[in-house]
Amino acid sequence: MAQADRASATPGFQPLVWSQRHAQEALSSLGRLVRRPLASLLTGLVIGITLALPASLQALLKNLQVVGYSWEKSFTASVFLKDDTSEAQGRELAEQFGKLAGTDGQYYVSREEALSEFRSLSGFAEALELLEDNPLPAVIVVWIHPSLDKQQVRELLSQLRDSALVDQVKMDSLWLERLQALMAFGSRATLILSLLLSLAVILIIGNTIRLDIQSRREEIVVMKLVGATDAFVRRPFLYTGFWYGFWGGLLAIVCVQIALLALGEPVQRLAGLYDSSYTLQGLGALNSLLLLFASVGMGWLGSLLTVAQHLQEIEPR
Amino acid sequence: MPDILHLHHIAKTYAGGGQALADVSFTLAQGEMAFLTGHSGAGKSTLLKLIALIERPTRGQLFVNGKNTAGLRRRHIPFYRQHIGIIFQNYNLLNDRTVFDNVALPLIIRGVGRGDVGRRVRAALDTVGLLGKEQQAPMTLSGGEQQRVGIARAIVNKPRLILADEPTGNLDPQLSAEIMNLFGRFNELGVSLLIASHDIDLIQRLGCRTLQLEQGTLNSPQETD
Repeated sequence: MAQADRASATPGFQPLVWSQRHAQEALSSLGRLVRRPLASLLTGLVIGITLALPASLQALLKNLQVVGYSWEKSFTASVFLKDDTSEAQGRELAEQFGKLAGTDGQYYVSREEALSEFRSLSGFAEALELLEDNPLPAVIVVWIHPSLDKQQVRELLSQLRDSALVDQVKMDSLWLERLQALMAFGSRATLILSLLLSLAVILIIGNTIRLDIQSRREEIVVMKLVGATDAFVRRPFLYTGFWYGFWGGLLAIVCVQIALLALGEPVQRLAGLYDSSYTLQGLGALNSLLLLFASVGMGWLGSLLTVAQHLQEIEPR
Repeated sequence: MPDILHLHHIAKTYAGGGQALADVSFTLAQGEMAFLTGHSGAGKSTLLKLIALIERPTRGQLFVNGKNTAGLRRRHIPFYRQHIGIIFQNYNLLNDRTVFDNVALPLIIRGVGRGDVGRRVRAALDTVGLLGKEQQAPMTLSGGEQQRVGIARAIVNKPRLILADEPTGNLDPQLSAEIMNLFGRFNELGVSLLIASHDIDLIQRLGCRTLQLEQGTLNSPQETD
């Protein structure tokens, strides 16, 4: 009866029936959540807030990076030329430097210009009068493109140093390195936090599904008695996890946008003090979608893990 | 055609040490209807659970339709159960679903298309006389009607074997007689039935074979006339 009849009596795989069933299952799982609006709202909020934290950090970090890059625009190397370099040679060299890959403009400061600038800025004017020679070298200031990484910057500097006319090359890169290190730290911290909180979301959803399984224990037993397979019993719970993830993801996006909106005004005021018109960037469509996908994935995974663990325990007695 | 059911020296001992069945052998032929009687605790439910593969025997062999069920793995059991109609004393209906959805459950489990589901559910409900109550909740029905929903669910897959565990245990004599008549009609259509019951009067009136369980063993089958 069992094995012999199974092949003939069980209808084969019918894609239309199958997808109908899945759509129906998805909708009825959604319906079950909607029928308990408060509980579903709370679970969704817990998931949403948990996900909003790393997502907001990510968004802020992205903003910081944008700000960081705009500061790097003023990032320069000073090339000091040897004293016996003529002004014509210096200007030509400056032209050449300007054409190097990775540079973003240059200007030449002759020895005389340097001296007059020094005189007007330093207050050493009288002391300088006593000197016979101009002690200051000519300088080529080279802007370095902000997209270069550390290694590329180093290569560019050695290129600048290669010329026979160059005495030394100086660059204050410390502040930039600090910013980059800080940013790397922020990225890594956000990553770790994201992983931990994703785990939390998976556990939250898993636990919610576990309670759901327990409250529907009798139903599961009846279904198994009339021949439900594990896959059939599992399906509504997987869809429930899916919806929790979806709902939590939506709430997370809303939370992040509200947080960024709330920060927008003070950030603009702060930027105004630095003569900048910088405005805070939102999460963006792509990142919102990614967040939603991740959240749905976590919901599905959380329920899959729970269901695998608990459904086998529930058998007719 | 092989016998629908053949028990060969079945024994069942529970982990706690209690022996539910000591040594039970019997055969149910295709299209036969038999009653399983005995005091409560005599092992009637255990026997039905063994046939439904809810429990496994400690000793002995169980053949269903000529196949030894010992070879069925856990993942095969759902498919096995899809071919048996099981009826319970407490109906085991899903109370948050309509009568229609309860009866449709075995079909949906088997992946029957939507149109067929409607047709077959209505046919099953018609058989038990509940057509027109499809959209009601089981709780709004009387005990007899709820049991008939349970029966409709058991027959909707057109099983060749129906197991019933005290199906009339919660019903008054008149409703019990109606349910038994229903079983008689299924039997006339060629379905084999094994019904656990202690309603001796009713059983004797139907004149079917009776298997009497006593302390885990089967008394020599008494054929009623």
